[in-house]
Amino acid sequence: MEKPVMGIAEALADVPDGATVLVGGFGGAGSPIELVHALIDQGARDLTVVNNNAGNGDVGLAALIRERRVRKMICSFPRSANPKAFTELYLKGEIELEVVPQGTLAERIRAGGAGIPAFYTPASVGTPLAEGKEVRTFDGRDYVMEHWIRADYALVKAETADRAGNLLYNMSARNFGPVMCMAAQTTVVQVRNVVEPGAIDPEAVVTPGIFVDRIVQVADPAQEELLFAEGAVYP
Amino acid sequence: MSTETVTRLSRAQMAWRAAQDIADGTYANLGIGIPEQVAQFVPEGRQVTYHTENGVLGFGERPPQGEEDYDLVNAGKKPVTLLPGASFFHHADSFAMIRGGHIDVAILGAFQVAPNGDLANWRAGDDAVPAVGGAMDLVVGAKSVWVITSHVTRTGEHKLIERCTYPLTGVGVVSRIFTDVAVIHVQDGRFVLKEMVPGMTVERLQEMTGAPLATEGKIGTLCPPAVG
Repeated sequence: MEKPVMGIAEALADVPDGATVLVGGFGGAGSPIELVHALIDQGARDLTVVNNNAGNGDVGLAALIRERRVRKMICSFPRSANPKAFTELYLKGEIELEVVPQGTLAERIRAGGAGIPAFYTPASVGTPLAEGKEVRTFDGRDYVMEHWIRADYALVKAETADRAGNLLYNMSARNFGPVMCMAAQTTVVQVRNVVEPGAIDPEAVVTPGIFVDRIVQVADPAQEELLFAEGAVYP
Repeated sequence: MSTETVTRLSRAQMAWRAAQDIADGTYANLGIGIPEQVAQFVPEGRQVTYHTENGVLGFGERPPQGEEDYDLVNAGKKPVTLLPGASFFHHADSFAMIRGGHIDVAILGAFQVAPNGDLANWRAGDDAVPAVGGAMDLVVGAKSVWVITSHVTRTGEHKLIERCTYPLTGVGVVSRIFTDVAVIHVQDGRFVLKEMVPGMTVERLQEMTGAPLATEGKIGTLCPPAVG
């Protein structure tokens, strides 16, 4: 099935206030910065955002947070070279934080995409992050129950899409992309290249097109780390 | 306590010492900070494959200046290069490697370590922003968990202590500790002193350690080459 290749504003036009949004990327690698900037322009508020981090400097996710559009962050590591947007609001009690071990975060998203409402992991057993959660013993070892994460939207950066939505990524920019594509009602991917079906070897497909709903072509995407180094500010 | 007659290891020397214990054929995950430097010091002839939890197996050195690609980074978000045989994978697969017991050793930093193997390395107080990253997954998933840390804090407080007072990262997980003055194994609920720097005495090291130090046989000399 062919997936629509849309303009960036059109692709995010229906994001409502209060939406849960998965945002791909590990630091700047795989950060869909053009999509996040388009979400800032679009205006949706009161968002719950899931990302490994909580933004850096004054662009991308940090700018979305600074504009007070995020009610809650779910992440593993809300630190970076300059996490001031998140840190300021957090220390004032003006943004919620759910801190999740990184592997648990990835697996909760994967489980959401795979239709598994909860699972047991050994990570965090005996630590404050397991408090209040069910612990069960399997084969003599304790595991904590964690719930899936499912979202309204996923914003993911990939390298190449064919019109069937099959995706290739660029090196470690892949990170959360494949699991986030699976776990949202509407998955919007920004890609450098859009090619015809058949142009990607089926053996090489990383994310099958069934997990992709909308394609936005950003032929020359910004790299968050480089924008940060320049001291860029958005908007 | 006075330690002026003792030479402490540099950060690079601590990394060098930990690297000597990595066996041939190891899949290793190196934490942010001093553990990252371990990759530079693996002894000649040993094959070690490095895993970084953001989704790369088989990465190599930092690229030359001007050739950095921020789509190819390690867990500390620093640019790396690829070695022949490298692979990319998504986060859920990466943590399947960790949690599933496929990583042989994880080397991390520490705020506190206790003789029961408990590790605290993610949150020092209630006022800071909590940030755990992949540490909780690594300590329960890797077959061995080693720590590289200064033996005491900058203000001289114990980091190797009877019971961790900071929030735990993992329970009973650490098996070796490489400090700037000693190598200590965590065995059967005890700190077992294996090596210490020249000029150090067991008595003085005990003062620097917040839990009893056991000894078994000869204590080796911790004397790495001048590396860095």
